[in-house]
Amino acid sequence: MKVSAVITLKKDVLDPQGKVIHQTLDGMGFKDISEVRQGKYFEIEVQENDPQKAKENVEEMCKKLLANLVIENYKIIETK
Amino acid sequence: MKSSVITFPGSNCDRDMDVALNKFGFVNKMVWHDDNELPKSDLVVLPGGFSYGDYLRCGSMASKSRIMQSVINFAKSGGLVMGICNGFQILVETGLVPGVLLRNKYLEFICKNVHVKVNDKENPYFKNLDKNIFEFHIAHNEGNYFCTKDQLKEINDNNQVAIYYCNEKGQLDDQHNPNGSLKNIAGIFNKEKNVLGMMPHPERMIDQSLSGEDGSIFFDNLINNLK
Repeated sequence: MKVSAVITLKKDVLDPQGKVIHQTLDGMGFKDISEVRQGKYFEIEVQENDPQKAKENVEEMCKKLLANLVIENYKIIETK
Repeated sequence: MKSSVITFPGSNCDRDMDVALNKFGFVNKMVWHDDNELPKSDLVVLPGGFSYGDYLRCGSMASKSRIMQSVINFAKSGGLVMGICNGFQILVETGLVPGVLLRNKYLEFICKNVHVKVNDKENPYFKNLDKNIFEFHIAHNEGNYFCTKDQLKEINDNNQVAIYYCNEKGQLDDQHNPNGSLKNIAGIFNKEKNVLGMMPHPERMIDQSLSGEDGSIFFDNLINNLK
């Protein structure tokens, strides 16, 4: 199964890259943006046919390696 | 005194650290990241560099490499573990010291000399030092120290800040905070103060003909503290 996960920075963590992207977009004429936050996206092929188990496996990976829970949140967005 | 420096794929300050430790009397061994066991050591050093190409988050891959389980056990049994620069990033990823190191505030790689102020001398690294303010070198892209409010409270309650970025007189201000670190924090201890992580490189300041000798004072004092 393919499991997709997104890792995002927590609210109160400074994201200087997101800020620069915001400024650049603003300079390009995209004036209606209030904030840009940059994150990470993973597609993981798991050798598991049970969607619940596959999701749990990837959740474990997020907790142990893919995300640093001091500054980041993770979310499983798709299992197929 | 015996020391071990761990070499990860992408470490590039491991040899500098080896030279520094030997110069001040340590008998140092280089240890490969894929080894299982640490040699008998009085001090273990995680050196600077770009372990695993800084993939995912700086230090995240190295923190899971095979030797790290021995390093973590060594630290938890009271052994001295010091992480410099990328080594500090590896330490925060293991959870041995609190917090994280984010991308520098102004998105620049910073490579320059800075002044740091020693906050606490009740520990094996800094006790007996005559000086409080040191000139050390920094070279990093992700040195912006950050932690949660709860972690900061615990850090303050236990006096875990090791060094702060400051001016040459020891004053802490934004102007002398090179990377946006929370409260000017440049280095931090675990609660027991046997584990030290810091961004500055004392091993680059061990010879007048290089860039200074404040590192010499640090290493000379360290080995005397351990004897």
